[in-house]
Amino acid sequence: MLKANIYVTLKNGVLDPQGEAVKKSLKVLDYGQVEEVRIGKFIEVWLEGDDRESALKELEEMSDKLLANPVIEDYRVEIVEVN
Amino acid sequence: MKFGVVVFPGSNCDADCYHVVKEVMNQQVEYIWHKENTVDGFDALILPGGFSYGDYLRTGSIARFSPIMPSVIDFADRGGLVIGICNGFQILLEAGLLPGAMLRNSSLKFICKSVYLKINRADTPFTNRLKVDHVIRIPIAHGEGNYFCDENTLQSLKDNGQILFSYCGADGEESPEFNPNGSLANIAGISNLKGNILGMMPHPERCSEEILGGRDGFYIFDSMINWLKEVGK
Repeated sequence: MLKANIYVTLKNGVLDPQGEAVKKSLKVLDYGQVEEVRIGKFIEVWLEGDDRESALKELEEMSDKLLANPVIEDYRVEIVEVN
Repeated sequence: MKFGVVVFPGSNCDADCYHVVKEVMNQQVEYIWHKENTVDGFDALILPGGFSYGDYLRTGSIARFSPIMPSVIDFADRGGLVIGICNGFQILLEAGLLPGAMLRNSSLKFICKSVYLKINRADTPFTNRLKVDHVIRIPIAHGEGNYFCDENTLQSLKDNGQILFSYCGADGEESPEFNPNGSLANIAGISNLKGNILGMMPHPERCSEEILGGRDGFYIFDSMINWLKEVGK
């Protein structure tokens, strides 16, 4: 069994209204040092098998097809656990 | 003409579209459940608004892989008329049938109100019963209608006349104050290069009869029917 963490983030230059709103809220809470907030997604996937290389390939394919939208998002896959 | 209204789990404007085509436009119409795998026999397809799959992951991202979608894509590739309204537009973007993606509204609010749209083209299957630079009034109802694409894509949309509808003021003014959701270039609706696929955030099916306070949406459906009659099936 393998476990992967997939981080989906908005590309540079893509406006993040959610991040903007959270930033404003942090300012209201007096965290004046906050300069920017951007919000992404964290996806955990558990996979059968223990071949990390082929799993990484599959996970990247999953990300390209469904988990991330290449028009607005970047992603990073890391395989974190092998049992 | 026979229209198909594709129904995904979570579609909620399917009955409105069906009603308009059948009762207002007096055309044949059938629902197509998303688990079907053919669209044979239809002259035009409507992907209605709603919240397919609860908008999970990204709007339209899961519906895009519904069993019906390969047939929809094939139908569109063969030149069939496909209109995606609101969530339907989001699904067309996710499916790659139209370029770009939707972001959350810049205000972070779900916006439900009537807006003005400027007609940029009147020689398309979806706008031939309208006039260039005319202003129509159609309701929007969405939380994620903030159209985004990269600079090159935006330029090619402009160069190729693919921006059919732009958000504007009552007199056609295209300024940021009349942009309800933050869309690039006030984009409310775009077509593909070939012109047979339209995605639009406003809901023409909600304003096709006077009893609903306006019938500007009628002309979009009427354009499709007119085009199918003129240009042939």
